[in-house]
Amino acid sequence: MSPMNRRDLIKKGGTVFVLGAASGSALFAAAAHAQEGVKLGLLHSLSGTIAIAEASLVDAEKMAIDEINAAGGVMGRKIESVVEDGASENSVFAEKARKLLERDKVAAIVGCYTSASRKAVLPALSRAKGLLFYPTYYEGQEQDKHVVYTSQEATQSVVAAVEWLVREKGKTIFLVGSDYIYPRTCNKIAKPTIAKLGGKVLGEEYAPLGHTEFSSIINKIKAAKPDCIYSTVVGGSNVAFYKQLRAAGLDGSKQTLLSTVVSENEIEGIGKDNAVGYYACMGYFQSIMNPANEKFVKAFKARYGQDRVIGDPMEVAYNSVYLWKLAVEKAKSFDPEKVLAASAGVELDAPEGKVRVHATNQHVWKKVRVGKALPNGQFDIVWESTNQVEPNPFPTL
Amino acid sequence: MTFDIAVMQVFNGVSLFTILLLMAIGLAIVFGLMGVINMAHGELMALGSYVTYLTAMAFSKFAPHWMGVYLFAAIALAFAATFAFGYLLERGFVRFFYNRPLDTLLATWGLSLILQQAYRSIFGAQEVSVPLPQWLSGAWEPVAGIQLPISRIFIIGLTIAVAVGVYLLLNRTRWGLKVRAVTQNRAMSEAVGIDTQRLDALTFALGAGLAGIAGCVFTMIGSTNPGTGQLYIVDSFIVVVFGGVQSLIGTVLSGFAIAQSQTTLEYLMSGSMARVTILLLVIVVLYFRPNGLFATRSRS
Repeated sequence: MSPMNRRDLIKKGGTVFVLGAASGSALFAAAAHAQEGVKLGLLHSLSGTIAIAEASLVDAEKMAIDEINAAGGVMGRKIESVVEDGASENSVFAEKARKLLERDKVAAIVGCYTSASRKAVLPALSRAKGLLFYPTYYEGQEQDKHVVYTSQEATQSVVAAVEWLVREKGKTIFLVGSDYIYPRTCNKIAKPTIAKLGGKVLGEEYAPLGHTEFSSIINKIKAAKPDCIYSTVVGGSNVAFYKQLRAAGLDGSKQTLLSTVVSENEIEGIGKDNAVGYYACMGYFQSIMNPANEKFVKAFKARYGQDRVIGDPMEVAYNSVYLWKLAVEKAKSFDPEKVLAASAGVELDAPEGKVRVHATNQHVWKKVRVGKALPNGQFDIVWESTNQVEPNPFPTL
Repeated sequence: MTFDIAVMQVFNGVSLFTILLLMAIGLAIVFGLMGVINMAHGELMALGSYVTYLTAMAFSKFAPHWMGVYLFAAIALAFAATFAFGYLLERGFVRFFYNRPLDTLLATWGLSLILQQAYRSIFGAQEVSVPLPQWLSGAWEPVAGIQLPISRIFIIGLTIAVAVGVYLLLNRTRWGLKVRAVTQNRAMSEAVGIDTQRLDALTFALGAGLAGIAGCVFTMIGSTNPGTGQLYIVDSFIVVVFGGVQSLIGTVLSGFAIAQSQTTLEYLMSGSMARVTILLLVIVVLYFRPNGLFATRSRS
């Protein structure tokens, strides 16, 4: 590089710096202005192992943001999304949450998928007095004063799932799960519920996370001959589990298999042929028939492609943005503390039907459904709770 | 345990054995014969899986009548693709790290991360679903109550073919003779005129190609996503190290021992405890036999 060029570069660099500073102060000046946008953090794993399940949540959230902006924004202010990648690492989640809250000064975060990642961002939320909308079904046992839990906690799906199994499909049940907190908590709730209904648990098995060899567990199921199998196997293991079940002759015709973690999204990976005939219990299915959902599905497909499918967590992620908006409007403020206080009782006409934030426990009243997987990868909804089910994150068992 | 369950358990053990062997055999060649610790071995398997997926897509689009036999084409293509990729990898990357085991470890681990992210960018973070040919789905029922999955029987057959092929290649061909010579004494082999560089590249490529075959058939039982390779890499290393580096027979026997104990223990206790017990057993054995079950004696 010639000296001339170098001087040139320094000059240009200086110009950029001055421009940057100028626009920075301009931004600062505009912050007082009511038309300035409001920032909403979207924090999910876009890379790493969990991205399989989590990355698509951002798509749904962005769609909600654009819809809200098109309709005039929140209290007259446009939402600006700040997307961060948690990279499937809990430490990265913690760091990015801090960045969103302290540097970007987001009004709230919609994010996290695994419970571990949610736990990892709690300290950052507490320090910055931030607010998180958590859109994934999880095991319950938590009520942090900086989080709104917008999906079903364990009792909402597990109790409904098990009651349906015992009532419709038979009294003997085999419990299978991946070996971590969610399946173990679900089964802890399932067992007394089954006993209360006069059913019987014939076995309880856990496979290490990521396990791909289910032949021994399948043999144990065969030996026990249960009427029903309740599965909380997650992630890539699910693909192996479903394929091997079918190969071993347990195709769901004699036994009923029901999972509380397999949504339309997971079926894409499992393979439609492998999943057909098995059941799932969820708050949302893409096949729900109502105008709100038809509009939602149509808009999503128009935006992201006709072959995309929508699973329960994606719809809840979409709802979460709207719930935040409603809470802000009720609070007439973006202040996280006021928004959280105002969120109690907020009701949204979501694609899955009406959902309402609980008056006291920061979880959400919602309907629960059981669906049977069809050859096209969609679910035939065979049962739906008559009313919204009350969330109960700390059940007494 | 009733009789039919017992039969199925033994079959599971044999099936798991062939799966472990198929995973480990490519690694045994690369790690054992060349001394290269290839942390990206799992990603080479994933490459084989993705080639299988692409083959299936191509068949369903252009030759739907031939879907029944697409798997054979996929096996060949998966082998060819990973073999070629392995060859390039050795020439352009791995060979600069010979005799620096720790650097190899880090470099190939970095490579595995790059490959995972590449798969994610190309194929998406979601799992892809690889269709199973009709004739391979379902179970063979020799007597009522005993169901043996056909896909697993196929894997058993394929592994036997691959293992015999590798054995013949290493012990009955001039190429194999050279590989074994280089393994035992690299300097002397060079002195007698063996082109060790070329041999290294081909050996690495063969190891990679075998990983590709493994990745191809694992689409029948497991999942295919960018992180798939990570599920297999640990098991592969355990089998190779336990059996004794540099010994293919050791790899075979260690695969058998681990598979049988794992299926038996999994039946008797929980999956996680079975895994812990296996790892403890491996540690105990390695404590008394640090070079693995079948260490080759050498004067070095």
